[in-house]
Amino acid sequence: MEIEVPENVALTKLDWLASWCRKNSLWPMPFATACCGIELMATGASRHDVARFGAEVFRFSPRQCDLMIVAGRVVMKMLPVLQRIWLQMPEPKWCISMGACASTGGIFDTYSVVQGIDRFIPVDMYVPGCPPRPEQLIQAIIDLQDKIQREGSFLGNEFITDARQQPKRALQELELGQVPRSLPIIGGKA
Amino acid sequence: MVDLSGVLEQLKSRFGERSWDYSEYHKNQRLVVAADLCFSVLEFLKKTCGFDMLIDVTCVDYLHYRGAKDRFGLVYIVLNTVTGQRLIVRAFLNEPELKIPSVVPLWEGANWLEREVFDMYGIEFTGHPDLRRILLPDEFVGFPLRKDYPLRGRGERHNFERITRGEG
Ligand code: SF4
Repeated sequence: MEIEVPENVALTKLDWLASWCRKNSLWPMPFATACCGIELMATGASRHDVARFGAEVFRFSPRQCDLMIVAGRVVMKMLPVLQRIWLQMPEPKWCISMGACASTGGIFDTYSVVQGIDRFIPVDMYVPGCPPRPEQLIQAIIDLQDKIQREGSFLGNEFITDARQQPKRALQELELGQVPRSLPIIGGKA
Repeated sequence: MVDLSGVLEQLKSRFGERSWDYSEYHKNQRLVVAADLCFSVLEFLKKTCGFDMLIDVTCVDYLHYRGAKDRFGLVYIVLNTVTGQRLIVRAFLNEPELKIPSVVPLWEGANWLEREVFDMYGIEFTGHPDLRRILLPDEFVGFPLRKDYPLRGRGERHNFERITRGEG
């Protein structure tokens, strides 16, 4: 069956359209706590110009943001602040963990530095590097846009799947002694 | 390096001929004093010898340090802004007597410096107007710059609630 569509009318899916709108107007919340923040500023500045990807409106109020960019290490005193700001952001929202420190604690394996923010808040994209180049952050934003377009839905159903609620296995800390002893030794000699 | 012999003479005439442990190393002029004399010496240095500026107050933990006899070494760095004389005054403390008079009455600037030493080493500065932790959260237990504090801590960094997507 064929229907004639009048001029200036396009047909699409609501989910697709909502995601398309969202992905092209991300409003970042710059949670810049350390040196990575400098690269974040460079990303926003004229040379790299993240405005080309629709994400230039950095807001310092979490109520107006939907993309949290955690740039830098987060210490245990800062983590409750981070969580609170995350909770204050309206849905739908995403999180980019920028740099080695935010993703894993980086070189700061000490008593006060949180060993990866994804232990305590959800993270969508990880950017490796110390610090990552602005291009890398832009790549992460592009990838995130891709992800929003692919998975996004009008009602935000993608956020409530059970799989996302589970802590990732690799990130659960193995108790000492819990490491399986039966693993074969590389090279074959025991 | 500005000559300090005049200051040392003055100290000797005021506090008597005890064995002043004075040494120089890499242009650092250092004077070790007994902990109970520390405040009077610093007061004398400020009021009589013109050391009007306190550069830093810090501490070193000598646990497991080879050849060390005392546990904690406090470091006061003072400067005479007129003559340019600089002196490092050190005092040693041992457990359980980790107390020393605060120098806030002499130099206002010692306030936060002493709070930091308290925060990291647990040295108690008696007479300090506001001896609270300055860098770590108030509910923190322990003193992380002590050498017997584990580098990776005692689980403080893992001790948080996990926020999931559903709650966001
Ligand atoms: S990853 Fe490197 S550049 Fe980024 S905050 Fe950590 S130390 Fe600084």
